[in-house]
Amino acid sequence: MIHVINPGLETTVQDTGRIGFYEVGMPPSGAMDKYSYTAGNLLVGNNESAASLEITYLGPELEFQEDTIIAVTGGEIPPKINGESVPMWEALEIKAGDKLSFDFVKQGARVYLAVAGGIDVPEIMNSRSTYTLCGIGGLNGGKLQVNDKLEVGNEKIRDVKPGTRIADHLIPSFDKHHEIRVVLGLCSYRLTEESKDRFFSIDWKVTPEANRVGYRFKGERLNFVEREQPFGAGSNPSNVVDLGYPIGSIQVPDGVEPIALLNDAVTGGGYATIATIISADLNKLGQVKTNETVRFVSVDIDEALAARNEVKEKLAEIKQNLSK
Amino acid sequence: MSQSKVLSPIPGVFYRRPSPDEDVYVNEGDAVSAGQVIGLVEVMKSYFEIKAEVDGVIESFAFENEDSIDAGQEIAVINVK
Repeated sequence: MIHVINPGLETTVQDTGRIGFYEVGMPPSGAMDKYSYTAGNLLVGNNESAASLEITYLGPELEFQEDTIIAVTGGEIPPKINGESVPMWEALEIKAGDKLSFDFVKQGARVYLAVAGGIDVPEIMNSRSTYTLCGIGGLNGGKLQVNDKLEVGNEKIRDVKPGTRIADHLIPSFDKHHEIRVVLGLCSYRLTEESKDRFFSIDWKVTPEANRVGYRFKGERLNFVEREQPFGAGSNPSNVVDLGYPIGSIQVPDGVEPIALLNDAVTGGGYATIATIISADLNKLGQVKTNETVRFVSVDIDEALAARNEVKEKLAEIKQNLSK
Repeated sequence: MSQSKVLSPIPGVFYRRPSPDEDVYVNEGDAVSAGQVIGLVEVMKSYFEIKAEVDGVIESFAFENEDSIDAGQEIAVINVK
């Protein structure tokens, strides 16, 4: 069992996500940075879909009440065991009574705490992920609270020696300025050519409204092509007839402040989605902080799929290294 | 006299008042005690209380109300009692 002494700012139980219910309006939730999340599970010998803690900006203080192996992966929120700094991206031995705490965030926005066996909370629609807006999944449907108790599950499938590390070249690093690749569309035809160009040529600043639901950006106004709005579309030029929103899709309500929809977002609606973040870079966006800047880079679907394969190959390399 | 720096653990918008029509939590020159709230940082639609870690007197604030702030930045300096 793990005792939550202090929950941090927004610490939630997450796994690979609640997949397969998008068409009924249920977003997947799940880890924002799946690469780091998966690496954490591999490091502690878990099933790849075991539930971990997603920690945002400010780490929790936890007391372990049993011996176990843990790993902290993701951005850089430096972990400490009983007040002593310990490395990230490494399998760490924990003794009953040990306290895990964290220093201030150094880079990135989120870290994942994987525990051998996984975090055991009830599965809701095939997933343990917390979806706070609906109050389902995770521990009591929300972020961790003071004095919560977390049970450890039995998703451990192999032994990993404490001290085992992820190779340096497989550890991502995060800057304060980020390039995020997108595929243009679905409704990019609604933007004027000039605004399309501007979208890709300015730095967008991440506002404080940036969480698991979506990231809102400040930059400049974008303009839509004038037209008579079709039947079924709202009256604002940024409206279209309702459509399903791809995860990672970017909409620009009224032409101001683009919003990228993420893991906990609404699944459809009537705003023109002008571009969609590629799956490989959703991991990266999950590590972008408020006040940092993002430049969007246009790629085609082949480049997006190649980038997705690169992520898969890196995880395969981690798996291979760990099974040596 | 030693000084204690109050750092923001999170990025966001810094507020010196609990709400727009209330007074600031503390002014420069005011005495504060450890654990006392001296400001708020708003991020992800939630507000995080910034607290003094020591008893002392507020020497200075590095940020104005509604300034944006990064994780690790110094918010205020307290002269330790």
